[in-house]
Amino acid sequence: MSWKTTEYTGWGRVLSANGQLARPERARALSEIAKTPCPAIGNRRSYGDAALNSDGKAIDMTRMNRILGFDAGTGVVTVEAGITIGELAHVFAPKGWIPAVMPGTGFATVGGCIAQDVHGKNHHNAGSFGQHVLSVTLLQGDKRTTATPTKNKDLFRATMGGIGQTGVIAEAKLQLKPCAGDVMMVTEQRADNWDQHINLLDASTAEYCVGWIDATATGGALGRGVIEEAELAKGLLPTAKPSKSVPMNAPNWALSGPIVRAFNAAYFRRVPGSGKSSVKRIDDFFFPLDKIHDWNRLYGKRGFHQFQNVVPLDQMDALREMLGLIARSGLASPLAVLKRMGPGRAGHMSFPMEGYTLAVDFPARDNAKDLIARLEDMTKDAGGRLYLAKDALATGPAIKAMYPEHGDWTKLADKADPDHAFATDMTRRLDLRNAI
Amino acid sequence: MSEMTQTWIILGATSSMARAFARKVADQGAVVLLAGRDMDDLKRSAEDMRLRGTDARAVKFDARDAETFAPILAEADAVGGVINAAVFVGSMPPQDAIDEDPSLIDGTVMDSFTGPARFLQSLAPLMEARGAGTVVGVGSVAGDRGRIGNYVYGAAKAGFATYLSGLRNRLTRSGGHVVTVKPGFVDTAMTWDVEGMFLVASPDKVASDLMRAVEKKKNVIYTPFFWRYIMLIIRHIPEFIFKKMSI
Repeated sequence: MSWKTTEYTGWGRVLSANGQLARPERARALSEIAKTPCPAIGNRRSYGDAALNSDGKAIDMTRMNRILGFDAGTGVVTVEAGITIGELAHVFAPKGWIPAVMPGTGFATVGGCIAQDVHGKNHHNAGSFGQHVLSVTLLQGDKRTTATPTKNKDLFRATMGGIGQTGVIAEAKLQLKPCAGDVMMVTEQRADNWDQHINLLDASTAEYCVGWIDATATGGALGRGVIEEAELAKGLLPTAKPSKSVPMNAPNWALSGPIVRAFNAAYFRRVPGSGKSSVKRIDDFFFPLDKIHDWNRLYGKRGFHQFQNVVPLDQMDALREMLGLIARSGLASPLAVLKRMGPGRAGHMSFPMEGYTLAVDFPARDNAKDLIARLEDMTKDAGGRLYLAKDALATGPAIKAMYPEHGDWTKLADKADPDHAFATDMTRRLDLRNAI
Repeated sequence: MSEMTQTWIILGATSSMARAFARKVADQGAVVLLAGRDMDDLKRSAEDMRLRGTDARAVKFDARDAETFAPILAEADAVGGVINAAVFVGSMPPQDAIDEDPSLIDGTVMDSFTGPARFLQSLAPLMEARGAGTVVGVGSVAGDRGRIGNYVYGAAKAGFATYLSGLRNRLTRSGGHVVTVKPGFVDTAMTWDVEGMFLVASPDKVASDLMRAVEKKKNVIYTPFFWRYIMLIIRHIPEFIFKKMSI
């Protein structure tokens, strides 16, 4: 009754798995199913193979999505791990609380946010998701373990950003943050080139700050983009626009070079030279693409890759060089983001480091693969790292070199899961469960 | 509580379709009684709904144990206002398991037909006394025609559908209403590993259809709507052909 064999993919749709999935709807069913130790997956918003387990089993947590407790005085909420960030924001923003860290899609589950220790547009102020987790409940076969920053603290730390390797994340207690109202006051400014872009990011004092970057602009316009700064505010809620969905795979030319260049130029000019301020709904600001369901189909049936790296502050020039390579390749899509990150991170395998992070989407083509391999090398040489939530192409030795605490993490993961029952396609591809 | 309070008794409230429907009536301000067997799970759901701002309570209901019925009715009666009920219970053991052990028929019929019918029979006088209220009864397209794959479940649901038709006939006289719902394939725990499903609807989509049917006082709805036409065709296949088919 519980398991079915099916094919499923990561968000980028390049990698897929054929395996058995169960999707429990009750706590009792989950405990029963989890007796067979196997990885848990959420809404599969990781782009590559972090949520895939070929020829094995996995537990789809999306129907375990209830709120179990909330203290209106302290903003501490306890949830089943399959609840989405968007749902939490939707329920609690009107009560004056929102998740302290929200990734770029509201469809990410709390379990997924913990497993990838995600960050948001306020990373420079708030740190990563895991830094606001007060406790997690893990299912490891018959065992049910609770870990907090003080109790089972090694296990806790290995779980934050631990790509699900320490057990099934069943429940979590989160510290929400107070918000004055449930709208965003957003200011957008144009940056005409790389230096201006970096200067605006560096100078920003806003709570939320991110740069959209035109990854097709070259020469003097390299690095041009729009810097978005925002604060939570009280105000009248603009009416929600109805969501749309992408009904089928787009043809291959839909995101070809000339179309992307034209789109990006128009998007850049949308913001007047003097900048503009506006009021947006929380979900429109945080989850701009969620209004378009299944937008990953825009890349056609071959799917796409997202490259995201971070380099230390003093390696800004290396990042600029990488952006130059990307721009000259003509392979980038309109989805490209530049952001200054703070040092906040919660686990051994957490992505963030103080520096600049660049994220760019590429339709899956052989030349995109070559480019991404090149970018991987350059990132490693710059002392930076790649984001496992996005990765589908990296190599194990490079990732291990980028994550200095990887060796410590494997020991803790082994302690929690000696048989590697929670291994996934990603941990096997990158050989992440072995130290060397 | 004011006379305008709407109370919804949700039988079989642990199912995903029922949960989706409960959230929708809660959004309209109803008091919700989540009824079912798994009290631990129902308490979680009730707490979840309370934290979202609804007066939700977990109550024990077992279609095979009539002693669980009266306390639910008493609780709904005590809330006051209009009493409504939505029935999502039912069980579908694999047909080959029934072939092996025919006694499974008893439980299937109790879960899918006689248990909820007996409950509704006791509820009817309360609704008549108030001169209002709606019953949503979830049947199945499987009840429209006996098929080799699940004819015991189908027969139970057919019996339930006929019961609902009669109950509608009765309650209409006092201002009440009954909506019979026949869902096609819905993406639930019950159908998770069923092979060969097509045009599968989400529980949320079905719940939206139910809400619209309640508002518009529909009598019999198929959800998604096109199942009406699929079943129209299936019902019209002559028996001498149908008996040789395995659909």
